[in-house]
Amino acid sequence: MKTAALPLRTVAESRVATRGSWVTSKLLIYGALILWAFICLFPIYWTVSTSFKTAPNVMAGALLPWVDFAPDWRGWRSLGLSPDTIGETSTVREEFVKRFANSVVSSLSASFLAVWIGSLAAYGLSRFSYRFGPLRNKDIAFFFLSQLILPPVVLALPFLVLYKELALLDTSIGLILLYTLMVLPIVVWVMRDQFGAIPIELEEAALVDGLSVWGAFLRIVLPLALPGMVAAFILSLILCWNEYFFAALLTSTDAKTLPVMVASQTGSQGINWWSMAALSTAAIAPLVLVGIFLERYIIRGMTAGAVK
Amino acid sequence: MAAAQIEGDQLHIVGAQELSPARRMAGRALLLLASLALLATLLVQILDKSGTVTLGIATWRPLLYAFLLWAIALCFAQALIRGEMGLRALFVLPAVLFTVAMVIFPMLFGLYVALTDWNLSAFAGRRFNGLDNFRQMIQDPFYWNALRNMVWYVLAVLAEYAIAFGLALLLNAQIRARKFFRVVFLMPLMLSPVAVSWMVGKSLMENRFGPLARLARELGWQSPAFFTDPLIARASIMVMDAWTFIPLMMVMLLAGLQALPKEVMEAAEVDGANGWQRFWKVVFPLMMPVSITAIVIRIIFKLKLADIIINVTAGGPGGATDSVTSFIFREYRDRSNVGYGTLLAMVYLVLIIVFVTGLLGLVNRRMRRVT
Repeated sequence: MKTAALPLRTVAESRVATRGSWVTSKLLIYGALILWAFICLFPIYWTVSTSFKTAPNVMAGALLPWVDFAPDWRGWRSLGLSPDTIGETSTVREEFVKRFANSVVSSLSASFLAVWIGSLAAYGLSRFSYRFGPLRNKDIAFFFLSQLILPPVVLALPFLVLYKELALLDTSIGLILLYTLMVLPIVVWVMRDQFGAIPIELEEAALVDGLSVWGAFLRIVLPLALPGMVAAFILSLILCWNEYFFAALLTSTDAKTLPVMVASQTGSQGINWWSMAALSTAAIAPLVLVGIFLERYIIRGMTAGAVK
Repeated sequence: MAAAQIEGDQLHIVGAQELSPARRMAGRALLLLASLALLATLLVQILDKSGTVTLGIATWRPLLYAFLLWAIALCFAQALIRGEMGLRALFVLPAVLFTVAMVIFPMLFGLYVALTDWNLSAFAGRRFNGLDNFRQMIQDPFYWNALRNMVWYVLAVLAEYAIAFGLALLLNAQIRARKFFRVVFLMPLMLSPVAVSWMVGKSLMENRFGPLARLARELGWQSPAFFTDPLIARASIMVMDAWTFIPLMMVMLLAGLQALPKEVMEAAEVDGANGWQRFWKVVFPLMMPVSITAIVIRIIFKLKLADIIINVTAGGPGGATDSVTSFIFREYRDRSNVGYGTLLAMVYLVLIIVFVTGLLGLVNRRMRRVT
């Protein structure tokens, strides 16, 4: 077909030409891919490797372990997480574990709550027509999605004062409520798309068979929508785990999350590179693993609604 | 709160169900009781706060519990009073109640706070001062500076889009190890902006020992400093933010590319269009709707930009990297200026709503013209 489009050249000539350009284009494509992969991975590699360096290694710009520098557990020892200190009591480790647990509790609960009420709302909006006063389905859906443009800073200060009055300041519950609010529009966005892809005939058949609306939802639709819900859940999890702004303003001692701890360590002067690197590595490790093993779901969540 | 059913359900119901009057009565009674309890709690709390009665309730927590009970009662009452229709309303009701409670009430409260002179560190406490904060804002060069910076940050989205499109095309090409590259390219999005602040901003871009500074010296920049010169500092922040968020647009664009109709591509090839022409004449126009969705979502996220700035430059040098959010964050953190900070945030919200509405209007027209 290609040769037919190039009448001036002989078939042999054009085959050589396309062969040559094919090789160049492959080289360019793989070159670009590897370059960008390097850009994506180098900061992570640098952080992980720095956590095993000592001061002279950092200053000498050592890059390769065992070649440029001898790996040392110093960074991890300062966190109390190196092999020789893991058995001993360490205040830093206790602090770290506490922050880590706070992050886990806040992000898991908020994602769970958001997926729960968000999926229900998305299902209702995709199947029934509502009227809340003058508001129709479209307006209700817009009301949920419009929360996405609400910048956190608008809610932060009122919530600071309100939480103080409600004794919710510096509690995980307070954070969970806010995080749920933050990810709810994304869950509704993703789940509306997911439910829209499930044929209504399935539920109609279930209704004819005598199931109630909720019965049909719980027993027929929910199992089908589960992968979508997992996608929404993981997307929420990423956003909540990495959230810094609300946590920095609304928590101080008890409910402080991992990003706040990392940030407070960065701010202090004279912090050791290796211990900071170890802390950063530990903070990003869970999501790096999520990214590697659940990439399918993340992509599914992010592409929902974008391609239609 | 009446969620009445109208014509046009996707899912039709088989057979209507008779509700007994007793059931409706029970539902109404439940709702009435819960509302009374909520009002009573509110009243008691106000009386206690104003000192008319002294019960010694330290916080407004009881009101929160009363609201929770009321919300649950409302859900039950819906099912009791309106039967099938009520059961359907139960799908959206929790999310609506939650969002209304979490957004509308704080926003109203925030509007009031915005009109007060309230400094948490000052002894005076809250004092209503009308539009004084607004007047102060008009004369505040740092706020306008932050808004100007936001324009630059938003414009940077176009460059991010170009890179993301390029990466999506690469991933869509006939390549081996596609899954590996996809996972790797997605990685920066997993990292928290705070961690990125240290990993890139404070470590890679460190002036003496950071690998990027070393590289810059190799390339002939005598004394590299990424956060001293205003322009370079802003660019550095843009680069860090782009690094984290490019995968978001890339994934959307990749999905769009994969959904392109194969026939059109083949037809273009048969017609003798080369790669360059195929892209500009066929792929790019077809990708317009996906591109616009990706850009709009990215801009929405960009407008919240703060974490990296707070942790790397704290707005410096001289406010050159300040975003509105990071500026208000410091207004609260360093100066405890709640009233003024809230007003700035409210004005920002209004600007965002105007901007995004305008953007969507523009985009809708453009999309119609293309398709």
